[in-house]
Amino acid sequence: MKVSGAKAVVESLKHLGVEVLFGIPGGALLYVYDALYDAQDDIRQVLCRHEQGAAHAADGYARVSGKVGVCVATSGPGATNLVTGIANAHMDSVPIVAITGQVPRPSIGRDSFQEADVTGITMPIVKHSYLVKEPQDIPAVFAEAFYLAATGRPGPVLVDLPKDVTASEFEFHFPEKVTVAGYRPAASGHRRMIKQAADLIAKSQRPIIYIGGGVITSGAHQELKELAEKTGIFVVNTLMGKGGFPESHPQALGMIGMHGAAYGNYALNGSDLIIALGARFDDRVTGRLDKFAPDAKVIHVDIDPAEIGKSRAADVPIVGDLKPVLKELNRLVQRCDLEPWRKQIVEWRERFPLRYAQSDERIKPQFLVQEVHRLTKGEAICVTDVGQHQMWAAQYYLCDRPRQFVTSGGLGTMGFGLPAAMGAQFARPDDLVVGFHGDGSIQMTIQEIATAVEHRLPLKIIIVENRSLGMVRQWQELFHGRRYSGTLFQMVPDFDKIAEAYGCKGETIERPEEIEPAFKRALTVSDTPYILTARVEQEENVMPMVPAGSALDEMLID
Amino acid sequence: MANQTRNAQSHTISVLVRNRPGVLARVAGLFSRRSFNIDSLAVSTTQSPDVSRMTIVVQGDERVLDQICKQLRKLIDVLKVQDHRGEELVDRELALIKVATSAQSRGEIMQIVDIFRAQIVDLAANSVVVQVTGDSHKIDALIELLRPFGVKEMMRTGKIVLSRGDGRTVV
Repeated sequence: MKVSGAKAVVESLKHLGVEVLFGIPGGALLYVYDALYDAQDDIRQVLCRHEQGAAHAADGYARVSGKVGVCVATSGPGATNLVTGIANAHMDSVPIVAITGQVPRPSIGRDSFQEADVTGITMPIVKHSYLVKEPQDIPAVFAEAFYLAATGRPGPVLVDLPKDVTASEFEFHFPEKVTVAGYRPAASGHRRMIKQAADLIAKSQRPIIYIGGGVITSGAHQELKELAEKTGIFVVNTLMGKGGFPESHPQALGMIGMHGAAYGNYALNGSDLIIALGARFDDRVTGRLDKFAPDAKVIHVDIDPAEIGKSRAADVPIVGDLKPVLKELNRLVQRCDLEPWRKQIVEWRERFPLRYAQSDERIKPQFLVQEVHRLTKGEAICVTDVGQHQMWAAQYYLCDRPRQFVTSGGLGTMGFGLPAAMGAQFARPDDLVVGFHGDGSIQMTIQEIATAVEHRLPLKIIIVENRSLGMVRQWQELFHGRRYSGTLFQMVPDFDKIAEAYGCKGETIERPEEIEPAFKRALTVSDTPYILTARVEQEENVMPMVPAGSALDEMLID
Repeated sequence: MANQTRNAQSHTISVLVRNRPGVLARVAGLFSRRSFNIDSLAVSTTQSPDVSRMTIVVQGDERVLDQICKQLRKLIDVLKVQDHRGEELVDRELALIKVATSAQSRGEIMQIVDIFRAQIVDLAANSVVVQVTGDSHKIDALIELLRPFGVKEMMRTGKIVLSRGDGRTVV
C-alpha cells in the first residue's frame, strides 16, 4: 500500500491502538490533520486551546489509563508550548508521545517561519526523541517511540515531523516487532539480592516500607499489599505513591515528606530499615539528606539503576520491575515481630494526627477536601493543580486504589490540573473526576474549560479561592516575616461568570454548611463541567511542614 | 565547573554510541545538565560504521563516576559504557605545540623534542610546531619543559584508549 507520510503517521497510530489525541494543528501539520480527518472513527481528536493543555491532557490520560498518551503540536511556538508538559511527564515518569510538526527539510536550520529546534530544546526532558528525515522511517519510529515511552522507566518521547516528510509517498509496512539495540528495559531483580533483602527484613527491629510512583507504574499494588500484610510492616507513601497502598489500610501511614503527617515522618526517620519501592528519595521527602533516617539500612528496589545510590546509598540494591521482585520477596519473608515499634508508631499516630482548627463561619480547605471525600465515598478520580490545595488534597483525599490520584509531583506545574482532569475523564468516561485547583493555578490553563465544554466532560472543578499564590505566601509568612511580595491578587475573576461565559455551570460558596448541597448540585450535572468556587481564609497554612533544609523530624506541627 | 569534590580524580570511560545525528549533543548535554565535569572528550568512528566511540575523561569521586555511567546508559543511543578502572589500557594523546624560538634556543628545543621522540612538523623564523604522541603524563611533561621558551599556541586531541590484550569493548 503506497501512502503519504501523513497517512503513515495515522496508520501507525491505529496500529498502536491510539484512541484519542490531544492537540492543535498548524501549517506544518496540515497533511497530518488532513489524514486524521479520515480517521475520526478510530482516533478521537481533541482540539485543545493551548498546547500546554494538550500535553497535560495526554499526561492525565496516561496516568489514569496506564496507556501511552498522545499530544500533537505544530512547529515553532506550538512545539515550544509543549515543553512544560513534556518536562512534567519526564519528572513523573509518565508515558506520552509528543508529535510535533517541523518546517520542510530544506528549510531546517535557516530560521524559517515557525521554525524551532524542538528536538534540541527538549533533549534534557525526554526519554528519547526523533527528527524524522525519511518518510519510510515513520512506521518504525512510531513503533519505537511508543515502545520506549511505555517500557522500563516510562517517559516522554518526541517525534518531530518535517512537513515535506509528511507529504511524500512510500510503501507502508508496520514493523511486527520492535528491538532497540542496547535497551534492556525489564529486569526481574537479582535473586541473591532479593534473598539478602529478606534476611535484612527478618533481622530488622524497626522496618518501614516506603513506596513511590513505581508501585503504580509497575502494577505491583497487590504484591505490595501481600508483602505488608505478610510481614506486618507499616507503609508510607510519597505524593506519587498515593493509592499504591490503600490509605485506609490499618498499616498505612499515608504521605510523608515536607507536608506529610508527623507520625509518618517520625516512623520513616526513626526506622532501622527502609524498604524503598519505586521511590527516589526526593528532597521533598527526605528533608536534609545527611540527617535523614540516620539509623536505617536501605533496601532499594527500582527499575532505573541510576536511582539506586543517587541520593541515599543502598545496602541492598535491587534493579528490577517491582512486580516480579515483590513476588519473589513475598516467597521469602515471614511475619516480623514488631511489637515495640508498632506501639511506638501507634502512639505517634494518636499524639500527632493530621489536624486543623475547624470553623463554623469560614470554609476550611481541609474540611472542604474531607467533605468531598465523604460525598464521593473516596472513590472519585482526584486530580489536583499545584500549591496548598494540592497538599490538602493529598493529606485529606485518601485513596485506596492506584491511578486514582493525579498530580504534578516532580515538576510542580501550576496549570496541570484542569487539562489533566480532561485527560483522566477521556480515559475513564464513566468515572467521577474531581479536580482541586487554586485560583492561581487554574488561571494558568483556564482556557481548557472550552475544550471540556465542547466534549461535554462532567468534570467537578473545585477552586479553593484564597486570592493569592498560597504556598509561596505561606513560605513568606513563615520564613520572610510576612512580607507578601508578589503573592497577593488584587483582582480575582468571578469564576461563576467565567463558567457562564464558557457555557457551563458554577457557583461560589463561603460557609462550611454550603459545601454538601453545592457539591450535590454539582453531581447532578452530567453533560458539562461544574465550577464550584470555595472562598477560604487567605492565611490558612498547610501543616505540618518540614522547613527547607531541616531534617525530616524537625517539622512545624501546627 | 561545579561538583568538584575532595575525592575528585580523573577517570577514563569509553562510550559506544549509535552513529546518529544529535548523539554527541545528547551525551554532552547530559554532562552539563547533571553538572558532571569533562576533562577531555574524543569521538571517532569504529570498525563498525553504525557505531561511534567516545573516550571521555571525567572528574569525580566514586559516587559521581557511578552516576555518570548509569545516566549515560539510560540514553537510548548509548550502546555500551565501560568504566576502565583497574584495567590495563593503551592510552594516547596527540598534541601540537607552537613554541617561540630564537637562534639560541632552537638547538635546546630540538634536543628536548628528540628525547621525547616528538617531531618538529613546522619550522618558521621565530617558532616551531612540535607534534607529540604519548600518554597524558608524557605530554604534560614535554609541555612543562617547553613552557620556559614560550608556548604560543597549543592543541591536544584528548585521550583515546583501548584495552590491552584480547579484551574488547563490544556491543
